[in-house]
Amino acid sequence: MISWRSTWSIYTRELMRFLRTAFQSVLAPVLTTSLYFIVFGAAIGNRMPDLGGVEYGAFIIPGLLMLTLLGETTSNSSFGIYMPRFTGTIYELLSAPVGVAETLIGFVGAAMTKSLILATIILLTARLFVDYSIAHPLLAVFYIMLVAAAFSLFGFILGIWADNFEKLGIIPMLFLTPLTFLGGTFYSIDMLPEPWDTIALANPIVYLVSGLRWTFYGSSDVDIWLSFGITLGFLAFCVGVIGYIFKTGWRLRA
Amino acid sequence: MDSILELSGLSKVYPGGLKALDDVDLTIRKGEIFALLGPNGAGKTTLIGAVCGLVRPTSGTIRAFGHDMAGDWRKARSRIGLVPQELSTDMFEPVHRAVSYSRGLFGLAPDRERIEEILRSLSLWDKRDERIMALSGGMKRRVLIAKALAHEPDLLFLDEPTAGVDVELRKGMWAIIDEMRERGVTIILTTHYIEEAEMMADRVGIINRGKLLMVDEKEAMMKRLGRTEAHITLAKPLVGLPPEIGRFPVELEQGGTSLCYRGGDGTGLGKSEVADLTKALIAAGIDYTGIDTRESSLEEIFVSLLGEGEGAA
Repeated sequence: MISWRSTWSIYTRELMRFLRTAFQSVLAPVLTTSLYFIVFGAAIGNRMPDLGGVEYGAFIIPGLLMLTLLGETTSNSSFGIYMPRFTGTIYELLSAPVGVAETLIGFVGAAMTKSLILATIILLTARLFVDYSIAHPLLAVFYIMLVAAAFSLFGFILGIWADNFEKLGIIPMLFLTPLTFLGGTFYSIDMLPEPWDTIALANPIVYLVSGLRWTFYGSSDVDIWLSFGITLGFLAFCVGVIGYIFKTGWRLRA
Repeated sequence: MDSILELSGLSKVYPGGLKALDDVDLTIRKGEIFALLGPNGAGKTTLIGAVCGLVRPTSGTIRAFGHDMAGDWRKARSRIGLVPQELSTDMFEPVHRAVSYSRGLFGLAPDRERIEEILRSLSLWDKRDERIMALSGGMKRRVLIAKALAHEPDLLFLDEPTAGVDVELRKGMWAIIDEMRERGVTIILTTHYIEEAEMMADRVGIINRGKLLMVDEKEAMMKRLGRTEAHITLAKPLVGLPPEIGRFPVELEQGGTSLCYRGGDGTGLGKSEVADLTKALIAAGIDYTGIDTRESSLEEIFVSLLGEGEGAA
C-alpha cells in the first residue's frame, strides 16, 4: 500500500530544492534557448529553406526543447538521488517505511514537474523569437511528460550507479548531449546523405525529437507510433532496472 | 517485560569477506535503555543498519514489534527512529522544515503542535527558522534527534549520540535520553564512552568482531565481573606473605612495600574482605600507613572481556 503522505513529502522536498536555485534553474534555459534562437534562428535560419513547410526557426523548437529537457531532467533526477547518497542523508529514506513506489513517484514526479516548468519557459522564450503553433497541444504535453518520466527514471539510475561526480556528469556530457545534437535537433534526417541518414536511425534520440516534432507540426522523420513505442519501451526498461535496484539494494543498502 | 525487538542468528558478511555480524541473538525489552559497547569496527553500526533497513543481513531474522522485518517492514519501520553517527542532513534546510519532512516521510499528517513540542524539548524552538548549517555541532545533533522523534517512534537507535561533543553537551544529551525514556521510548545506544553506558543503560551488550560477547543487566554484569582492588602501603617492607593473611587474594608489590588485594565480586564483598584483611594485618603486628581501594569500572570489565575475546580468537 503506497503512503501518499510519504510520497508528497519526498515530492515537495525535491521541488523546494529546485526552488532554492530557482534563479539559476530558470535563467539558464532562458539564456541558452535565446542564444540558440539568435544563432540558429535569426542569424542562420534566415538563409535556410523551410523544412517540410515549417520555417527553420520554428522547426528547431521541438529539438531545442528536447535538448534542454533530456539534459535537465536527467541531471535533476540523478542529482536528486546522488546527493543524499553522497552526503549520507539517504539513511532517512532507507530507514523510513517507504518503498520503490513512493521513492519513484516522489523523486521522478518532482523531476518531471521541474522539466515541465522548464519546457514552458523555453516555449515562452521561443515565442519571443519565432512565431509557431502546436498542431497537437495535448499530445505534445503528453509526449513531453512521457519523455520527462523516462529520462527522470534514467537519471535516477544514473544517480544510483555513479559513485563520484565525474561519473554523474559523464553520461549526459559524453552521450546524451552529442546524441541529441546528432538526433535531428537542428536538421531533418532526410537532409543527410547516404549512409548517414540510415546510420542516424540507430540514434534513439532521433525518435524522441521526431516524435515531439510531429506533435508540433504534424510531420516527422519517423512514424509517430514508433517514437511513442521507443519512448514507452525505454520507460519500461528503466522501471525494470529500478525495480531490480530496489529489490537487491544495489548501491543503496550495504 | 515485553520484548519489542528480537534478532536471531543475525549475520552480515560484506563483499570482500568481512564478517561484520556473526550469528547475533539479541532481545530488546520494551522501555529499556540498552547500551551496545564495542571498539571501532566491532559491528555496532552494522547491527543498527540491519534493523533500520540500511544493511541487508546475510542470514538470520529480525522481528520488531512482532513484525518480520523481511516481510512486514513497513509496519515495523514506522515505529523505529534512527539518529545516525554522522551529522547527515540537508544543511540548507531550516530546522522546522527538516523535522516536518521527517514526519511526513514516515507517513504522518503534519502536526505543528507536535513539532513545536519536540523542538522545545530539545531547545531548538528559537532556532526553528535557521538553516541547519548555521547551527553549532551540538545543535545539529539535536536536530537529528528531533528528526528521529518527529514520527513518534517507540524504538529509537542512537548511534554514538555523544561522539565528538564536549562534556557539558554530553551531559545535556544524557538528560534528553533520560526524558525520552520517561516518555516510554525504548532506546538502543551505541557508544565508545563506557561512562555513558554506566550512567544511562539498564542493560549492556558487549560486541567485538561481530560477536555479541555478553548481554546482561548493567548491575548484574558489574556484580558478576566486578572486582575490588586495594593497595595497602606497609610501614615496613615484607619479605614474604605472613601466614595470617594467606587466605586473602593478596600479593606483595613494589619490593614488599605495598600489599595488593584483588578480589570480591562487585557486590561489596571485596570491601568487607579488605576490612578483614586490615584487621588480620593489625592482629599479625603488621603496620600500614595508607589504604587505597577502588571498585573496577564497567570500562575495566569491557576491556577485560575484549581481551578474553581476542585471546580466544
